Amino acid sequence: MLTFISKRILEAIPTLLILITVSFFLMHSAPGSPFSSERALPPEVLANINAKYHLDEPVINQYFYYLGGLLQGDLGPSFRYKDFTINELIAQSFPVSAEIGIWSFLVALLVGVGCGIIAALRQNSWLDYSVMGFANLGIVLPNFVLAPLCILFFSIYNHWLPPGGWNGGAWPYLVMPVIAMSTSYIAQIARITRGSMIETMHSNFIRTARAKGLPKYRIIFQHALRPAMLPVISYLGPAFVGIVTGSVIVDVYFGTGGIGQHFINGALNRDYSMVMGVTILVGTLTILFNAVVDILYAVIDPKIRY
Amino acid sequence: MSLSNSKNLLEVNNLRVNFRTPDGLVTAVNDLNFTLAQGETLGIVGESGSGKSQTAFALMGLLAGNGIIEGEARFNEQNILTLNEKAMNRIRSKEIAMIFQDPMTSLNPYMKVGKQLMEVLMLHKGMSKAEAFEASVKMLDAVKMPEARKRMNMYPHEFSGGMRQRVMIAMALLCQPKLLIADEPTTALDVTVQAQILTLLNELKDDFNTSIIMITHDLGVVAGLCDKVLVMYAGQTMEYGTAEDVFYRPTHPYTQGLLKAIPRLDADDEKLSTIPGNPPNLLQMPSGCPFQARCEFAKDRCGESMPPLEEYAPGQLRACHKSVDGWVV
Repeated sequence: MLTFISKRILEAIPTLLILITVSFFLMHSAPGSPFSSERALPPEVLANINAKYHLDEPVINQYFYYLGGLLQGDLGPSFRYKDFTINELIAQSFPVSAEIGIWSFLVALLVGVGCGIIAALRQNSWLDYSVMGFANLGIVLPNFVLAPLCILFFSIYNHWLPPGGWNGGAWPYLVMPVIAMSTSYIAQIARITRGSMIETMHSNFIRTARAKGLPKYRIIFQHALRPAMLPVISYLGPAFVGIVTGSVIVDVYFGTGGIGQHFINGALNRDYSMVMGVTILVGTLTILFNAVVDILYAVIDPKIRY
Repeated sequence: MSLSNSKNLLEVNNLRVNFRTPDGLVTAVNDLNFTLAQGETLGIVGESGSGKSQTAFALMGLLAGNGIIEGEARFNEQNILTLNEKAMNRIRSKEIAMIFQDPMTSLNPYMKVGKQLMEVLMLHKGMSKAEAFEASVKMLDAVKMPEARKRMNMYPHEFSGGMRQRVMIAMALLCQPKLLIADEPTTALDVTVQAQILTLLNELKDDFNTSIIMITHDLGVVAGLCDKVLVMYAGQTMEYGTAEDVFYRPTHPYTQGLLKAIPRLDADDEKLSTIPGNPPNLLQMPSGCPFQARCEFAKDRCGESMPPLEEYAPGQLRACHKSVDGWVV
């Protein structure tokens, strides 16, 4: 297992390097510059600024300056928020996204798997149809529709919850972001769980378990749950990264101040280092959680050994 | 070895298994009757789709959701076909155990073999973990599993097919059931392993005095193991009698065909004898005898009515319009 983990870390280095290189040059090949949108600066000032950020040098030089900084853990200064470095901005916003993300993830996992199992065990009953109906609704209902609906219902009509803000992550501020984030994941997980549970319950070894005279709940929890979870787990890795970093809509609607806002602003403002920083973060998390999924696979499936 | 015994362990009366399908009702098992005394072995023989496995699943209460059972199966005087799930669970594995066709997929690949064995004993015998472990090791020894103790902690994929079938047999015998249903237990195995498994079943039959229903399409298996044979075709009984009678004095054209189709090493002609044609589509059963289309003796009568299953000699039943000695008009 240890060899497996160290191997995965070594493999991650070239992957990340390719990701950084491609996104760096793509970003810089886009027309415009971080300062082109501002009111016309005197040419001398612009030249000064460009010189300060090495923007007057060839892109290849800028690339190596950036890599050099990166090796020291420095994601560079923000071109937009002039008083902040990218490290500071991420350190500020990522914990918010992580907290919303982890709660949304747990809710999605528990509710999704629960609904999926219930639907599978009552296959083709009204219960199954209604669970799957809601799941389909959850998938087709985008969160930019769900978020304002939440605000309308919880804050404006009923005054139960504050319509936005963060307040250090107190729970009334968490509820709506978590609902908005987790709904589509609940739906996806429920669908995957249902399908794989139905398939597992039809397999030969479940027939053997029935022939043993085991009661139904033991067949489900001791024999069927583990194999039925395998497809869910391979979905969870990328889903977790998506939940933690994908809070764009939530940040916009609820003003929570998560990392999602930086995706859009960074790209719109040609804030090169912001886009790079966020890209590297998402890339690293993706690699990390795919490795976690692989390890979980080995824990569940005895045929897989590293 | 009489066919009707006052102390029958199992009496199956007019068993019928139907399946609701989108294309209509399919009858997989049609009015099956047989009896089994304690310690006796019955072979159910037939081609794929003849309803032999569905008979086994019906007895175990393991039919697919769209299956409908009619008739009765009295096990120890109790009709087990009408029991609810809870009552049936007290019989499964404890009184009636089953070995399945495919040992490669019939064990849970995500659970240690030991645990899969032990849970049966803990469930039905109320054993502690430690007791169940020792009893399971003992049973693995009994089915001649080398290094049984060590193998308790292994997963099914670390076993060969033959070894997995031994695990399945050990699992089925843990509670010393009165009846063992073996659904083609050797079909998925190498010939040499087949022989080992059959020898094993034969020994276990004597050691535990277990009654066995052996479901197979392999007549060689039947000859080596069974006291009685029931030949099925398209869900119906064609011939039923002692193994000796059915083998040496087969009277039904279908049984005769099956016996001729066994490849023989000592035969002169190189061509393998077969029964031409295919079994009928269960959705569009022809009227009359289901075998008529493939029967070399078929006459008009065979298409008009299904011949009744009649005892033509003591303990030997057959369903055929042609008399034993030929057509009498």
